[in-house]
Parts: sequence; C-alpha cells; structure tokens
Amino acid sequence: MLETIMNVWEGLPLVMQIMAKITLIVAPLMLAVAYVTYAERKVIGYMQVRLGPNRVGPKGWLQPIADAVKLLTKEVIIPTNANRYLFLIAPVLSIAPALAAWAVIPFDDGMALANINAGLLYILALSSLGVYGVIIAGWASNSKYALLGAMRSAAQIVAYEIAMGFALVGVIMVAGSLNLGEIVSAQSGSIYHWYLLPLLPLFLVFFISGVAETNRAPFDVAEGESEIVAGFHVEYSGMAFAVFFLAEYANMILISALTALLFLGGWLSPFQGILPESAFAIPVIGWFLDSGIHWFLIKTAFFLFCFLWFRATFPRYRYDQIMRLGWKVLIPVTIVWLFVLGVGVAFGIGPWFA
Amino acid sequence: MNFEAFLFYFFSVILVGAAVAMITVRNPVHAALFLVLTFFTSAALWIMLEAEFLGIVLVLVYVGAVMVLFLFVVMMLDINLARMREGFIRFLPVGIVVAVAMVSVMTLVIVRHFHMEAPERAGADYNNTEALGQILYTEYVYPFEIAAVILLVAIVAAIALTLRRRPGTKAIDPAQQVRITRKGRVRMVDMKSEDKS
Repeated sequence: MLETIMNVWEGLPLVMQIMAKITLIVAPLMLAVAYVTYAERKVIGYMQVRLGPNRVGPKGWLQPIADAVKLLTKEVIIPTNANRYLFLIAPVLSIAPALAAWAVIPFDDGMALANINAGLLYILALSSLGVYGVIIAGWASNSKYALLGAMRSAAQIVAYEIAMGFALVGVIMVAGSLNLGEIVSAQSGSIYHWYLLPLLPLFLVFFISGVAETNRAPFDVAEGESEIVAGFHVEYSGMAFAVFFLAEYANMILISALTALLFLGGWLSPFQGILPESAFAIPVIGWFLDSGIHWFLIKTAFFLFCFLWFRATFPRYRYDQIMRLGWKVLIPVTIVWLFVLGVGVAFGIGPWFA
Repeated sequence: MNFEAFLFYFFSVILVGAAVAMITVRNPVHAALFLVLTFFTSAALWIMLEAEFLGIVLVLVYVGAVMVLFLFVVMMLDINLARMREGFIRFLPVGIVVAVAMVSVMTLVIVRHFHMEAPERAGADYNNTEALGQILYTEYVYPFEIAAVILLVAIVAAIALTLRRRPGTKAIDPAQQVRITRKGRVRMVDMKSEDKS
C-alpha cells in the first residue's frame, strides 16, 4: 500500500510534487491562523475572567468559520480618492512574504519545501518585505489615520529589524551555517545544547523584536485603536481586511516557529541525551519522547501562546519608548553579546563553543 | 527555449519595463515603487547566476531598508506637479549633457563585454556565501576593513549631524521615567475616619 503511494508520488511531475507540498504547508497554516484567532479570544477571555466566544458550534469551535464566511460576503469598499491599484495590491504584498517565508522552514529532519543554503537570510529578507503592504496600504487609502499608522509601523519595523538581524548573526556565528536544518542539527545532543542558554540575551531580543515586527501588543502602535482608529487598515473592509489579518497571524506563527527552530532546537526532543536510549524504544511513549515534528509544533504553540499572553498582560508602549527600547536597549545588548560569542567561538571556550 | 531562459527573459522584461516606468511616471511614490520592483527582479537575476547571497542581500538591504526609508520621505512630501515641471526646459541642456556622458560611459563598459560566454555552472555543493567570505577575508581583507571603517565614520557623522540639543523643548527623558518608583509619586496619608453626621 505504502509502496504504491510512493510509486505514484515518484511518478508525478516535479511541478505537481511541489504544488502538493505547498498545499500541505499552506492549508494547515490557514487553518492554524483561523484557530489562533479563536485561541486568542478564548485565552484572553479566560485571562480577563470571561468566557470568550461560545455560541457558534460546540463551545464556540465554529466561530472562526463563521467569521470567515462573514468577511467573505462583505462588500469591499474602495475610498473615492484612494489610489485604486495600490489600494488593492497592498494586502497581496502583505500576505505574499508571510506565506513565502514558510518555504524554507524545516518541520522535521529534512522535511522542508526548499532546503536552501542561505535559508536564514531568505527569511530575514522576506520578513523585511512585509512592511511594504503596510506602507502602501497607508498611503493608498488617502486617509490621515491610515498614513499615520503606516509611518509609525514603517519606522518601528525598520528599527526592530536591525536588532533582529543582529540576534540572528549570533545564531549564525555559533551554528556556522545559514541553513535552518543545519542550525537545528548543530543544537542536537541534549537540552543543554540548545541555543536557549548560551544565547539567552539574543533569544530575548529576537522574540521581543519578533513581537514588534508583527505589530502585536504591546507594540501595536501601528493599529493603536485608541489613538488612530485602526491604523493602516482603517479603510479596508471585507476580504481585503481579512487578508491583512491573515498576514499578521501567519507572521506571528512564523516568528514562533523561527524562535523554536533557532533557540529551542526545532524538532529535537528535550529528552534527547537525558533519557537512556531504551526509553525511545517503548512503542507509543517512545515515539512521543523521541525527536519529531510534534516537538516543533509544541514549541511553536508555546510561543504563540506567549503572543496572546503578552497582549493580555502588557499595556501598549508609548511611541518614543518603543524607539528607545529598539535602538538604545536591544541593539547594544546584541552587540555586547556578539562580542562575547566572538570571544567564545574564537577561543573555543566552555561547554558550548568547544 | 528551456525553462531557465524563460525565467531569465521573464525577469529581464519586468526589470527593463520597471526601470523605464520608474523614470517616466509622474507620481514620485509610484516611481519609488517601480524602483523597488527593479531591485527585486535584478535580485532574481543574481540568484539565477548562483549569487544567492548577493541577491538576497540586495532584497534585504535595498528593498527592505533603503527603499522603505525612501518611500517614507517621498510619502510625506506634498509635491506640486505643476511646479516640478516648470524648470524642465531651463535644465534640459544640463540634463542632456549628463545623460550623454552616462550613456557613453555605460556603452564603453558594456560593449567590451557585450557577448560573454556563460560562466561555468558550479557544483551542487557550491555555497555562494562561503565563497564570498573566503575571498573577502583573505584576498580583499584590507579593502574590506577600510570599507568598514569608512562606514563607521559615516554612521558617526550622520548621528553627530542630527544630534541637536535644543534647550526649552518639553521632550521627556525616558531614562528618568523608567527610574520612577512608587515612593517618588505616591504619598500615603494617614487620616482618621470622620463620623457620619
């Protein structure tokens, strides 16, 4: 049975194989986005001692579906003096990089759509493209609030991208590779070999910048509903708005996945090297304890939960405080730690860089 | 025509079209966006030449950072198109001289290498990032270090130029705000409760 499936798979033309793989990545991703919105409302609801959505379907499970149907059937309104083409192309520019970045994410050992040399650079480049959707949306809407939101978001994303890039430089230095699969493999051994401990400051900087890059609370001044209504997507309605929404959540999941890959050893099991080899031979529990895609998903889910947790916990930063944090706190921290790593790697110090 | 040639012509046509559009469109924001498209497609061409590091860095630096700041400025400008066209005739002679000079220099460079043999394909294990690093840190280490120092000087100069301390502004010092403790702001007052009258 399995052999026939493999034979059919091998017989497919390359284009069809790639298409099938893309579908296998994008379809679960879209489903995940839908249910992250549900999780967000539920989690924040419980944190604020209320129930969250609970009417549509059992326990509100069908709420995201209902939302999607509602958004699909709503009218897309284009403001009178808006720049038509740019107004319509902005959501596309927003979601395209958010989805394209998933091409190089390895879900398990060797399980990636494109296993390219410069995977980390590719992700960095694509995540820097996402800002165009925001800027163009803000400008093309021909609205004060939208333009203000776009300007805020552009300055913020450019500022935090530097800190994020520096944090990634540290990872590259220690791993000695730009390939995401090799970076994860370099962390294998045991839980102490993960980059979480030796690169702790960079991990914090990366995750904080990640939250800022995706314009999530407490860095959501680009949307700032109490100040500028909804920021760059004020004028969008219906599906065009939904696409921005999709892009934001796809980016959130991407940042969580990247944090899991770069600092928490991706698909590697935390019990690796701690439990004896025989533990992994137990039928079902052994499979769970061993490294695999489920550990990657668990770690990603944890960081996604952190995104929601932050939103329920922290008040929104003031704009000058955001800029101060980015330029005067995070970037110096990364530079100092890069120096430490440089010394560590050059002299082969300690248990990690030897 | 194989698939690679098709891709090459596909990107080239977009590249040339976007470049032409960039200098002909009226709206400066559209022009900036066409420039972005030009960068993007030339990055794609570089990647086809197996220079993936350069291609991705072109996107990362020029598209992701430089052009964002550029758009930032252009969007804030309130441009009066009629006034911009005013000086067209007056500056035309200067413009033509500059254009002719540029075109002749470019022709000189291009004509010499107009028909180049395609470079040999590198093996599957070829790593552009590694190859670049090997050359930069051995053969070209001095020019590389000098470039780094020049860039550092440029950063310092840019910061020094924009760093102005104007007295009398009501700007808040965030460091001072962060240091605030409860003791500095809240005074607990002991008061006797009053009788209900």
